[in-house]
Amino acid sequence: MASKPELMPGTLDMLILRTLKRAPLHGYGIAQSIKRESDDVLTVEEGSLYPALQRLLLQGWVKAEWKTTETNRRARFYTLTAAGKKQLGFELTKFELMVEAIGRVLRDAEEAG
Amino acid sequence: MTAMGWWRKVKLLFGRERFAGDLDEEMAFHREQMAKELEADGMTPEQARVATMRRFGNATRMREQSHEVVGFRAETVAQDMRFAVRQLRKNPGFAVTAILMLALGIGASTAIFGFVDAAMLSPLPYAQPSRLVDVAESAKAFPRSNLSRADFEDWQRMNKTLSSLDAYTGQGYLLRVGSVSEPIIAGRVSDGFFHTLGVQPVLGRDFRPGEDKPGAAKVAMLAYGTWMTRFGGRREVIGETVGLSGDPYTIVGVLPQNFVFQPQATAELWTPLGDKNGCESRRSCHNMFAVGRLRDGVTVAMALADMRQIAAQLAIQYPGSNQDQGASVQPLSELIVGQVRPILLTLLAGAGLLLAIASVNVASLLLVRSESRRREIAVRGALGATPVRLVRQFVTEGLLLAGAGCWAGILSAAGMMGVLKALMPKLMQQGAPFVRNVGVNAHTVLFAGGVTVLAAVMMAVTPVLRLALTDVHGALSDGGRGAASRFWRRMGANLVVVELMIAVVLLAGAGFLAKSLYRLLHVDVGFDPSHVATVQVMAPDTFYPKPENWVELYPAIRSRVLSLPGVEAVGITSDLPVQCNCDTDWIRIAGKPFHGEHNEVLERDVNPEYMPAVLKARLIAGRMFTDADDMKHPQVTVINETMAKKYFPGEDPLGKMIGNGNLDATSMRQVVGVIADVRENALDDQPWPAEYFSIYHGPDNYFALAVRTAGDEKALLPELVKAVRGINPNLGVNGEITMVDQIDGSPTAMIHRFSTWLVGGFAAMALVLSVVGLYGVVAYSVSQRTREIGVRMALGAQRSAVHRLILREAGLLAGIGIAAGLGCAVGAGALMKSLLFGVRAWDASTLAGVAAVLGGFALLASFIPARRAARVNPVEALRAE
Repeated sequence: MASKPELMPGTLDMLILRTLKRAPLHGYGIAQSIKRESDDVLTVEEGSLYPALQRLLLQGWVKAEWKTTETNRRARFYTLTAAGKKQLGFELTKFELMVEAIGRVLRDAEEAG
Repeated sequence: MTAMGWWRKVKLLFGRERFAGDLDEEMAFHREQMAKELEADGMTPEQARVATMRRFGNATRMREQSHEVVGFRAETVAQDMRFAVRQLRKNPGFAVTAILMLALGIGASTAIFGFVDAAMLSPLPYAQPSRLVDVAESAKAFPRSNLSRADFEDWQRMNKTLSSLDAYTGQGYLLRVGSVSEPIIAGRVSDGFFHTLGVQPVLGRDFRPGEDKPGAAKVAMLAYGTWMTRFGGRREVIGETVGLSGDPYTIVGVLPQNFVFQPQATAELWTPLGDKNGCESRRSCHNMFAVGRLRDGVTVAMALADMRQIAAQLAIQYPGSNQDQGASVQPLSELIVGQVRPILLTLLAGAGLLLAIASVNVASLLLVRSESRRREIAVRGALGATPVRLVRQFVTEGLLLAGAGCWAGILSAAGMMGVLKALMPKLMQQGAPFVRNVGVNAHTVLFAGGVTVLAAVMMAVTPVLRLALTDVHGALSDGGRGAASRFWRRMGANLVVVELMIAVVLLAGAGFLAKSLYRLLHVDVGFDPSHVATVQVMAPDTFYPKPENWVELYPAIRSRVLSLPGVEAVGITSDLPVQCNCDTDWIRIAGKPFHGEHNEVLERDVNPEYMPAVLKARLIAGRMFTDADDMKHPQVTVINETMAKKYFPGEDPLGKMIGNGNLDATSMRQVVGVIADVRENALDDQPWPAEYFSIYHGPDNYFALAVRTAGDEKALLPELVKAVRGINPNLGVNGEITMVDQIDGSPTAMIHRFSTWLVGGFAAMALVLSVVGLYGVVAYSVSQRTREIGVRMALGAQRSAVHRLILREAGLLAGIGIAAGLGCAVGAGALMKSLLFGVRAWDASTLAGVAAVLGGFALLASFIPARRAARVNPVEALRAE
């Protein structure tokens, strides 16, 4: 079985925040959304999703409330807060800087080789 | 974490139930959705459920992780605590043993520390005690010798370094109590004495300036105890008069309850110096010490230089009396504590070693337990407990044990301090005023706390070290059996070696002290102390004013006492033997070169019967005294062997003449006899030269009776007191004691006995603890090796071979421990040299004895498990696993 790439450490919070920016979602929805958006490349392990959600709640970046789904089931929906939006912007900038830097290193390495 | 985040955590803490419910419901929803999706992909509901479960992982673990995010660290600490308490309660034998051992170690060391603390940190109950100095003269033979009154007055007047200098001296008075007179001991001091110490009377007033001058009105201050016992604590006592040796003294004040002045600890009351006695009118007669208070910015060394300079000046001014007389200045605390310091330090070291053994024992217990918990740890590790969490668990358990041990230790320390105070010889207590400060206080509790932290660190670290070396898989697979216990065997064995070493040191220390005590009590005193009763007698001036009266009193007492049943001989002497290097005389030998040096010898005035019939001292040459050696005949002297050797080397001393420094005609006496040394000074002193005079030549109104009886000398004591009082009820009679008790109770013997018993007690506990430790190690090793032993036997090993195997292992441990310990014991012996008498640190018989005792007990401790090993039934041993 070809192993799927593991989620880079530190990126889960950012992905969750980004997903919630579009619309409030429940935990399962977040996991599904990340999977779908990444064309099944990224899988969020439930074991890390829920602790991460608790962390975001504590930081005040997301809010949680119980609502009913389209199928009339009770589910806990997470909504991005203003602080969360700010945090997302901050994380995105940080991430882009890092990706760029990594990219430069890799390009240099190729040219040298 | 942000403040908001923290606040949310706090809110969650109270909504914990709801949080858990929310999380469960949320995760259940997640699983449902996942299963639905899988079913949609064509799985059966059952398959979908299993797949979901597999995907989702350990729900409990996940819940825990989420809880950890929102929980507080303290919560897990509380959890650890609860778990630790549960663990200890599950195994009460272990917990109780460990706590008891710690309590013993912490208790003993804290109790001894209490004494050290009181003695060294707050020894003197006076104002600013660190500024007080002991001031004395110094002579060749005595680095610290008495001041004469004339010298003291000059020093007081001429010094520039002390803000005040005051003298004190002991004084016996006959206190009139109803119809009889009772001799009491009092202190005579210069007027500013209490002011210098910074002590205020609780009632009445202090001595006034000038009240210590000759001819001043006679006044007295009472010690608190005297006020209570003799005067009923009445406040009207101020202004009343009390009869002291026939003179009326006005009571002007009462000293505080906590006041004690160690050099005059037995003083019942205090009087100003006042009239000069015979000694005090001569500059050459030294009978007092002084205490001074340093001026601001002055050091002890500066004060010493100052006094030395004054002494040098006086030596030029009064060469006859002051030649070679120097000065001695030392902190007052040094005078009071200096003597007991080596003992206290030795005891503290002993207690520390005991604590070390106790901690090592507890650590071994923890090791054994961590060994038997290997599986539990492995399982917890496999279930996801992080190493940090596991280590924290052990640390918590160690801390819990140490904490309980600390409490028990402080309680037992309080108990032990009480017992020690009660056991402490009274005389030693009087000499150690700090003892009353000993108790549980901030210092001792802090000390116990510090010791506890040390013990806790050790106890926490031991199993953690053990844990770090365990690999989870190995531990799980072999289930803590067989070879995997090698680590413990090695570690436990090392600990036992340390324990045995410490035990050897303590046992050897106790052995050295015991042998010192034995040697001390078996010093050749040069006389036969058995069947001798003694008592002090004082004839008051009012009834016996002149030497002629005293000379008449001696035969009266003798014939009266001789009539008592069983009495064989009645000796009268100025000083009983085994006392001190006191009552000395400066001599000069006629016809020998003399340059004003102080030839200091002991002087004793005795009646003719005293030496041959009462002491049974041995005559070497010449004769003893006879009744004819009185004032009507020329003065003669009997000297001891040491004096003969020192002043008449290679000569016959008989017939030689001895006199005072100026060879005054009245002082001349002929040597008529030489006796073998009678021990006059302390047991651990070198014998001193001594000269004896007939008491009819140098009578005194204060003397001692020594009575030899055929019967029981103890039973004679009350009869003796009654007989002397029967002659004249005004005679002061006290201090009745048998000669043997007097020697056994001498300060030297008591100090030795006290430290011997204490260190002996420590050593006994150390012996028990270390032998129990060895037993534990060997027994545990046997229980772990049951299977191996079974295999050996199945393969044909004889029971005797198994027996030997185990004994050899134990023997090796004991051998190493004892050998290493003996080395340390020699070192320890060298360190406590100042406490030893007649014993060297490498005393072979003591060391051999210690090795034999410990070896014997070690053998016994390993014999039981070895027997058990040899009894192993191979079939059962192999099947049991």
